Amino acid sequence: MTEPLLQIKSLNKSFGALTATDDVSLTLHPGEIHALIGPNGAGKSTLIKQVAGGLQPNSGEIWFDGRNVTGLSTVARARAGLGRTFQISSLAMEYTVLQNAVLGAVGHSGAVWRFFTPVMRNAKLRAAAMAALERVGLVEHAAKRTADLSHGQRRLLEVAVALTLQPRVFLMDEPMAGLGASGSKRLTGFLDGLRSEAPILLVEHDMDAVFALADRISVLVYGKVIATGTAEEIKSDPAVREAYLGEEEAA
Amino acid sequence: MSRATLLNTALFLMLPITALAALLLDEPFIITLATKVAILALAGVGLNIALGLGGLVSLGHAAFFGIGGYAMGILAHHAQTFTPLMEAPFLLDGTKSMPVIWLVAVIAGACAALLIGALSLRTSGVYFIMITLAFGQMLYYFAISWPAYGGEDGLSIYVRNGFPGLNTLDPIQFFALCFALLALVLFCAGRLAAAPFGLALSAARQNPERVETVGLSPYRLRLLAFVISGAITALAGALFADLNRFVSPTMLSWQMSGEIMIFVILGGVGRLFGPVAGAALFILLEHVLGGLSDFWHVYLGILLLLVVLFARGGMIGSLAGREVAHD
Repeated sequence: MTEPLLQIKSLNKSFGALTATDDVSLTLHPGEIHALIGPNGAGKSTLIKQVAGGLQPNSGEIWFDGRNVTGLSTVARARAGLGRTFQISSLAMEYTVLQNAVLGAVGHSGAVWRFFTPVMRNAKLRAAAMAALERVGLVEHAAKRTADLSHGQRRLLEVAVALTLQPRVFLMDEPMAGLGASGSKRLTGFLDGLRSEAPILLVEHDMDAVFALADRISVLVYGKVIATGTAEEIKSDPAVREAYLGEEEAA
Repeated sequence: MSRATLLNTALFLMLPITALAALLLDEPFIITLATKVAILALAGVGLNIALGLGGLVSLGHAAFFGIGGYAMGILAHHAQTFTPLMEAPFLLDGTKSMPVIWLVAVIAGACAALLIGALSLRTSGVYFIMITLAFGQMLYYFAISWPAYGGEDGLSIYVRNGFPGLNTLDPIQFFALCFALLALVLFCAGRLAAAPFGLALSAARQNPERVETVGLSPYRLRLLAFVISGAITALAGALFADLNRFVSPTMLSWQMSGEIMIFVILGGVGRLFGPVAGAALFILLEHVLGGLSDFWHVYLGILLLLVVLFARGGMIGSLAGREVAHD
């Protein structure tokens, strides 16, 4: 197997008596989608936050592209090539859809220290932003204010902004939430093709999408990885059935 | 032309028209008032970059305004008393030349803003307001207790400083100079807001997490905005001291910070021409209401309350509507 691009090594994080991340180790290899599933409160978002840089772990290390990035800030990790989307959309709400995408392109191009040229008339940045919007199907909404978008459309814009960064790894926290059946299906198809550009660490509740997409799945329960494997292995794992899938069947 | 553009043009032309009308009617005092509006608007344009674009509520901008004032006062004081500014390690004389004074004021303002900003931008919200206020007050009390430059009494400059090719003692010529500077800075501030830096700075106000995620540091963006903001306000301070031919610690007081903020809020936070509208309205009220009652600040307070409660966009926001997101 190829060298992992992203490697999480026995990560621990607790808030007081609550252990949110309990000795988690994960790898993400080039070309794969590694899905992270688990019941609510299992610590999926806390884990993503530690990988992206918003939260420092108590112990353990995060290696990205052969480099220990545990001590780096969110900004430095984004520059290194970690493209993140948020569980709760985190966008500049006063801006148009296009402006949000151009912001991503500005971040990627490093052209932010320019003070005199109109950014929205920069053909290169605009083209990069429009290309990203095109890919997620938001082009016709480009001139809309972000605050006027539906929740599902905001999730797509999150993905589009991440695309403008041309990251080496995607960290996606529930990109399907709020998309509806057809939107979810469309995004599933898109992510399927995206993995060849950069591998994806995917947190998702939509089980159809997870089973259709993931090369490997890790199941997180109470901050602990109880199983890692292919979709088939996970489906037949008794511990997983009991802890997670069983719950859903009962409900 | 959109309503906002029309309004901005009208606002902008109002100043030179008033000044020219006053010239024809031989009312030099009105020209001085128009000059004062241009200068105070300039200070507001400076604050608006930090406050409107960057969302940084600085209650310490009088520090930069006063630093600009003292830059002018100290340089001109040494020139008029024929004492060198310093003798070691090299001889440095004062000056009565406006371009040199402006340059010194801008550099001093930028350096002070870099220092104050680097420390205060590590906090946010109420703490940021309090720390900027504290820095402003520190400078205020420093100026009061600095006998070399007049202490509490301030410094008087007997003759207004000069500008090559102009007679600055002529009110209309000095007005033209101040107005030209205001126009230049407004143009640059407009370009700044539309540039990549402006896009990222304003995004950092709306959502710092988003800016970090695209690999940009909100702290650096804000610090640079604060430095630019302080430099512009210091330039306004140098002009203000030249207008009055006087500089005193009052320019550094927190009331001054409050007044600059009032210009921005009355006119419209984040609107390019907001400070022009705000400063004009402020001076107008000061003279109309001030003539009627010594307690005109009460009415100003009521107006400010109304704006904050019912017209968040200030004058420009109420007259021209919500800002259209460009492109």
